[in-house]
Amino acid sequence: MTANTALILALLTPLLGALMIGLTGRWPNLRETVTIITAVSLFALVIRVLLGLNAGEDIGFELFTVMSGVGIAFNTEPLSILFAMIASGLWIVTSVYAFGYMRSTNEINQTRFYVCFAIALFGAMGVAFSANLLTLFIFYEVLTLSTYPLVTHKGDAKAKAGGRTYLGILMTTSIVFLLPAIIWVYSVAGTLDFTPGGILEGNLAAGSATLLLMLFLFGVAKAAVMPVHKWLPAAMVAPTPVSALLHAVAVVKAGVFTLIKVVIYIFGTDYLAEVPYESIAVYLAGFTVVAASCVAIRQTNIKRLLAYSTISQLSYIVMATMALAPFSEIGAAIHIASHAFGKITLFFTAGAIYVASKKTEITQLNGIGWRMPYTMVAFAIGALSMIGVPPTAGFVSKWFIIAGAFQLDNYFVLVVLVISTALNAAYFLPIIFNAFFKPEDVKLKEHGEAPPSMVIALCFTASLTLLFFFFNGPVLDLETQLVGGMP
Amino acid sequence: MLMHLPVLVVLAPLLAAPVVALTRGAIWPWLLSTLVSWFSLLCAVLLLIQVQQQGLVIYTMGGWEAPWGIEYRIDFANALLLVLITGLASVVMPYARLSVEQEVGAERSPMFYAALLLLSLGLSGMAATGDAFNVFVFLEISSLATYTLIAMGRDRRALTASFSYLVMGTIGGTFYLIGIGLLYVMTGTLNMADLAERLPAISDSSTVRTGFAFIVTGICLKLALFPLHLWLPNAYTYSPSAVTALLGATATKVAIYILIRFVFTVFGPEFSFGAEPLAEVLIPLAVIGLLSASTVSIGQPNIKRMLAYSSVAQIGYIVLGIAMGTAMGLTAALLHMFNHGLMKGALFMTLGAVAYRMGGTNLSDMQGLAKTMPLTFWAFVIGGLSLIGVPLTVGFVSKWHLILAAVELGWWPIVIAILVGSMLAVVYVGRVVEAGFFGEAKDPTRREAPASLLIPIWVLIFANIYFGIDTRLTVDIAEAAAAQLMAGGSVR
Repeated sequence: MTANTALILALLTPLLGALMIGLTGRWPNLRETVTIITAVSLFALVIRVLLGLNAGEDIGFELFTVMSGVGIAFNTEPLSILFAMIASGLWIVTSVYAFGYMRSTNEINQTRFYVCFAIALFGAMGVAFSANLLTLFIFYEVLTLSTYPLVTHKGDAKAKAGGRTYLGILMTTSIVFLLPAIIWVYSVAGTLDFTPGGILEGNLAAGSATLLLMLFLFGVAKAAVMPVHKWLPAAMVAPTPVSALLHAVAVVKAGVFTLIKVVIYIFGTDYLAEVPYESIAVYLAGFTVVAASCVAIRQTNIKRLLAYSTISQLSYIVMATMALAPFSEIGAAIHIASHAFGKITLFFTAGAIYVASKKTEITQLNGIGWRMPYTMVAFAIGALSMIGVPPTAGFVSKWFIIAGAFQLDNYFVLVVLVISTALNAAYFLPIIFNAFFKPEDVKLKEHGEAPPSMVIALCFTASLTLLFFFFNGPVLDLETQLVGGMP
Repeated sequence: MLMHLPVLVVLAPLLAAPVVALTRGAIWPWLLSTLVSWFSLLCAVLLLIQVQQQGLVIYTMGGWEAPWGIEYRIDFANALLLVLITGLASVVMPYARLSVEQEVGAERSPMFYAALLLLSLGLSGMAATGDAFNVFVFLEISSLATYTLIAMGRDRRALTASFSYLVMGTIGGTFYLIGIGLLYVMTGTLNMADLAERLPAISDSSTVRTGFAFIVTGICLKLALFPLHLWLPNAYTYSPSAVTALLGATATKVAIYILIRFVFTVFGPEFSFGAEPLAEVLIPLAVIGLLSASTVSIGQPNIKRMLAYSSVAQIGYIVLGIAMGTAMGLTAALLHMFNHGLMKGALFMTLGAVAYRMGGTNLSDMQGLAKTMPLTFWAFVIGGLSLIGVPLTVGFVSKWHLILAAVELGWWPIVIAILVGSMLAVVYVGRVVEAGFFGEAKDPTRREAPASLLIPIWVLIFANIYFGIDTRLTVDIAEAAAAQLMAGGSVR
């Protein structure tokens, strides 16, 4: 199989999987087997594409032309393959986790759940492999729409309200800001292809580019830069596997992924550096990092705390991208991976705690570490990665972002990182401490660990968080190509 | 036969209508009308292919050369429109059988189908003809058929709806006729091509300018431009489902085409936009219309009425494209004319299926539809997404071109207005989807609509997606049509 065929199949597999899951919905065991087979084969296909990319194979195809100069087209490059690998790889783990979670909580409409999940992955693959902004936009919307039934899964008033906020903000921003931004690019450049070095230089006056950049920054609300972040806490009404894979990995990373693509392949970092007031984007993201952490401290619900932590971490990536130093671009790309491992672990543990003990609040967690040792150790590893302490994944990306800040003597970025690290420590460390060293005071029911499939999944992602600290070489090599080799 | 295509599109329903009126029962009139409308579609498609080869097809009625005889002139713009009209008629006719049986009754069926044929004949005639007075004749044929059809609605309010449309429609028709009369006085011809040749020399005269004002106002009444739209919501709400589908998808589109024809071909863009303040008048009305009508549709309890207001808003988009006065804007207007026909046709037909099973189209009838009538519900969802302008649907294609046209002109406030309109569409479509998805069905035993309703619906839904993905056909034709119209190419 050539890498090109693998690329085509990687786009088709989740869609086909969704169909098969729908057809086998009557037999839960078969349905879940199909889910796993789909996830595993998708990951294998993405690996095949990666091998092809490394071997310098010619990968990419156009499905059809929509209008002159733009078509529905796909290709791959270092960033897209990284995103695709994380999303598809973690889908396997999440599926294993979801089987335990969905059965233990006796969720309704499980078939619809798995079908929408597969379609969401289809959207994520499309976003990852899109060769131009139009294709990306289309799959961006697929991702929004397919996750709506997942967010409103419970179907009660709270879920509906959350779904309304979710869809409202994501759709509004994408139609009101992102779409005109894309059409604007098309009208001045005549193309929307992702081109190394960008396509705007010489086509758009630098003054107007400031406005265009803002349209992109707020149009891609999936990156959750304040004030378009409200949808993410609202999405927490979803079952935990959704929050774990989609609202910590696939959906939100699709957002920052889009922004990195736009900065590197549409604007081009050299051109963007000349755009006046470009640093507004850095300041906005920096503000979000700090503000979201401050809000997180005040949260009592575990999942909402994690949501605000995600908002803060996403803005790390946005801030690093907009800082425009070669090191910070690499740091931004790597943070997509390292944050994914850490945050999915944290969500897995939140779900495991809920399934085992029905606890959802932070204040209820005193002493839970002894009842659920694996879960809480995994939580600790994930939390340390958020703070950026070695030996966890979070440290690696933070290292590069700081190196980028020094490259440009950008002390704003540096200060934001320092404050945010302190804030992260302030809201994660007490939870770990209380879980292990305070006596249990709230007891909703007698319990031990969550079902094995969930514990296995969260231990796996926790070990990934640790392993990424030691074995990040291949990812680093790949992502340095983004800025044309190690600076 | 191929050389007679332009007239066959119109002639087939004209000949069939009296025959249908004479038949008895419910099946024969239906079968005959369906076959005739399919034949018309075939002719329209062949005609479009002919236009693609030749660029312009001229047909002289009875061999009499213009200006003595009436001539039909088919270029890209009206060839596309003819495909839309006959295509929608071909889908609505088979759909109508069950729906009409229930809503109108078998004994009135022959009259109903005869009127429906006359409606589609009138619309096709307006689109095909190259004679300004002939337009008026067909306008009256289609209008009279429409009044009859609306009055056949189940609800007694259909009668007042029909009557108020009759009053408004007659005023519109009269205005148009006065305008034509004034032009005839000045030029001595009713042939559009001749008018276009003779008008520039006398365009300074106040008679011509008055004629222009009368014609534009009259047509704007027929196309329901805000604030001349007041007849539309009631007319759409109370007519039988099949009629609403055909009217909503085609009737206002033909009026829009006539506007385009007069503004660009007969008077020419230099006159319309240079000497006359057409853009200054139309743009504010279009923008206010699309924003206010979208806002009003949010609060409607009756979904049919909600979609009617949405139609007023969508007309705002199309008129906006026309009022830009550029090739790009015109392309967008023509595209949206076609695309909006597809989406509104599909949506109104979906509501017809809901009415067939649930007995009404209120929001309460839509509750829990995802469970009781999943295929109908998902058709509504896809149609609604198309209305919003989500990618991979036709709505996205037209919205893309409209925004592109506005960006090209640097009209940023207009861009914002278009986008805000889309957001309002998210709200009013979302309301229905939420009710269908989460609501509790009033009567969970109600079943899915029968296949003879579902198949036509899904044919149109498929068209919504197909033309949203493969845009070669529609965009190319719309671009070619816009180029012809801007150059006045079809007449000179």
